Amino acid sequence: MKIRHADRREQIVLQMTPMIDIVFQLLVFFVFTFKIVLPEGDFNIRMPAATGDSADPSETPVIRVRLRAGENRDLAAVEVGDAPLTGANPFGQLQARVRGMVDDSAGPGTSEQEVEIDADYELRYRYVIDAITAITGYIDPATGEQVKLIDKVRFAPVSR
Amino acid sequence: MRLTRRHSSEIVEGDMTPMIDMAFQLIAFFMLVINFSDTEQDQRITLPASVLANPPDAPYEDPLTIHLTEQGQFIFGGVLLPSLDDLHNALLQETQIISRRTDKKLADVTVIIRGDEDARTGAVQEVIAKCQELNFERFALRGKKAEAPTIRSP
Repeated sequence: MKIRHADRREQIVLQMTPMIDIVFQLLVFFVFTFKIVLPEGDFNIRMPAATGDSADPSETPVIRVRLRAGENRDLAAVEVGDAPLTGANPFGQLQARVRGMVDDSAGPGTSEQEVEIDADYELRYRYVIDAITAITGYIDPATGEQVKLIDKVRFAPVSR
Repeated sequence: MRLTRRHSSEIVEGDMTPMIDMAFQLIAFFMLVINFSDTEQDQRITLPASVLANPPDAPYEDPLTIHLTEQGQFIFGGVLLPSLDDLHNALLQETQIISRRTDKKLADVTVIIRGDEDARTGAVQEVIAKCQELNFERFALRGKKAEAPTIRSP
C-alpha cells in the first residue's frame, strides 16, 4: 500500500472577516452608548424643616443676604444685613465682605457663621447660585485651590 | 520581441490592516470615555455656572433628583410634572418606597435640585419647602463647572 503524503505548501490565510465583524459591533455599541457628561458640582445645604422654636441663643447671629429682583427678573440690589451693596459688581463686594467677616488669613474658614439668603420670588436662579458661590468660597488665584468661607447657607421662607 | 502576458489568477485582497488599526483605536477611545454612572442629566435644563461647582468626591447614596425647568415645571424620575402638587404626590410615593424598602432615614437622603439658571428662585424654594414637609433635610443645589470665574473680585 502506498500512502501519499500530499505536501501542501499553500499559504495559510487567516480569516479576518469574523474579527472585523465583531470589532465593528463593539464600535457601534460604544458609539451608541457614548454620552457626553458635563462636569457638574453641588452646593450642599442642610435645611431641616423649621420647628417653630426660636433660634438657639448660643448661635452666632445669622447674616441675612437680601437679593432683590428688578426689571426682567434680573438682579436689582443686594443687601447684607440692612446695608445695600452698591456698584456694578455686588457679588464681588459680597465676597469681600464675607472674607472680612470670616478672616481666612489663617487658613480655610471653619466658621460656624450662618447665612440666610432671602431672595425675591421672581429672581433668576443664577443670581442665587452666584450669591452662594460668593459666600461659600473662592478659588485662590495663586494656588488654584478652593478656599472655603461659610458653609452654612440656608434660604429664608418663600415670600411672594 | 515577444511579450508574454501573465494572467495572475490570485484573489486580490485589499490591505485591511490600517482599517482594523483605526477601528481598534476608536474602540479604545470609546471604552475609555464611556461612563456607566447613571447621572441624571437633562437637556432641558441649563444649569447655572459656578467656579466652585466641583464634582463631589464620592457619589451620594440613592439620591433623589428633581429638575426644575425655566417654565417652572418639574421633572422627577423622568416624568414631567406640571405643578407643585404633582411633585408632592410623586415625592410622597417615593418616601413611602424608601421607608418600606430600606431602613434609611429620610433626613439622610440627599435631594439634588437641578434648577435652570433662568428658573424662578421662589420655585426652587418651594421645592425645598415641599421636601422639608416630607422630612428631607439634605439638599444639593447643582451647578455646572465654570472655567472662568463667575464672580469678579472688587
